[in-house]
Amino acid sequence: MSRSKDEIAAAIAADIPAGSYVNLGIGQPTLVADHLTPGSGVVLHTENGMLNMGPAAHGDEVDPDLTNAGKIPVTELPGASYFHHADSFAMMRGGHLDVCVLGAFQVSAGGDLANWHTGEDDAIPAVGGAMDLAIGAKRVFVMMTLLARDGTPKLVPACTYPLTGLGCVDRVYTDLATFEVGPTARAEGGVRVLATYGTGVADLRELLAVPLVDATSSPSLSGG
Amino acid sequence: MSATTYAGETAYDDALADVADGATVLVGGFGMAGMPVELIDALIRQGAGDLTVVSNNAGNGDTGLAALLAAGRVRKVVCSFPRQKDSWVFDGLYREGRVELEVVPQGTLVERMRAAGAGIGAFFCPTGAGTLLGAGKETREIDGRLHVLEHPLRGDVALVKASVADELGNVVYRKTARNFGPVMATAAETVVVQVDRVVPVGGLDPEAVVTPSIYVDRVVVA
Repeated sequence: MSRSKDEIAAAIAADIPAGSYVNLGIGQPTLVADHLTPGSGVVLHTENGMLNMGPAAHGDEVDPDLTNAGKIPVTELPGASYFHHADSFAMMRGGHLDVCVLGAFQVSAGGDLANWHTGEDDAIPAVGGAMDLAIGAKRVFVMMTLLARDGTPKLVPACTYPLTGLGCVDRVYTDLATFEVGPTARAEGGVRVLATYGTGVADLRELLAVPLVDATSSPSLSGG
Repeated sequence: MSATTYAGETAYDDALADVADGATVLVGGFGMAGMPVELIDALIRQGAGDLTVVSNNAGNGDTGLAALLAAGRVRKVVCSFPRQKDSWVFDGLYREGRVELEVVPQGTLVERMRAAGAGIGAFFCPTGAGTLLGAGKETREIDGRLHVLEHPLRGDVALVKASVADELGNVVYRKTARNFGPVMATAAETVVVQVDRVVPVGGLDPEAVVTPSIYVDRVVVA
């Protein structure tokens, strides 16, 4: 069976080392928070200036001065801190964040990321913090479906959409498989397939135009 | 010079009486958190036009920055994320070619203002290297990584919303409404901060002050 969004989010949560400082991108990546156990000690960063962000706020908890990067009201956990935007982005660029999880339109075998612009002529460009997150975190995990709505693969030899960052993605978690991408994987012969769901490496080779290395029997953090 | 406090019915208008046509205005806030709505409303009444507005977003709904845009006062928006579910005012003006847009990655946007406030001439930054937003910029490879040269972004006026100020102009913020405020307060010729409350000098814990008074010209409380 292919994985649901929740199953992908759970797999990512399982691969985040205990005690990590983590930024979850707007949209689907926020699902990862539901699968982080309180004992993991993972501290969530939100780029609008907070560490140890808590879950979404409801009812009386809603405070217009306390929101996440998606502008949704959130709560603070014990040990939280607030800081201004320049400090918040210094945390990213300075390599202080351990992991960031982002969505994507496309990821290349070499780890290039395209997730901010569809490239359509009439689209109003809007980048937010996507480029800073992509190049800043120590490890970048992408959460996406392997195929676009029109059936074309989103893991590609080279991105055709405008780039967010070069060679910045480490892992790609999809409904059909988990991959390791980037310069190291490429130097070792291709994208490493860490695990498959409802498909096999041979089928993925048919589907994708990138060279794949079968690493499904190698040990990995959680089995992908 | 220590800050001047503006209070009373016309406080917001009095604090912005001298904004000139063509000014670059730094506007704090991330969405509505930290958005100085009352100062923006006063800027609309004041009438200055041909403005360049620097802010993270390009207005939400029909109030605040969106109202300033709708009033036709803005020539150019410099921001990281103009397109939102409720950014119909900006979207319409942009599609009609009535407002210019410079999109800047969020961290670069704030670091350019930090550089302006800190007297840095320019800086090499890895964000945006090799992308559309780095195109045409001077580049340099540093420690094996491509960087683009980014220049300071300075304002004539900064409009900031905070929580409490003292009469000297020391300022504290509240939660994530802090966002761009402390950096914008360093990066403009005239810094106007609207607060919920003003306390006498000595009324703020010096260890807790976020924006020291040296940066603040005008404190507005209504």
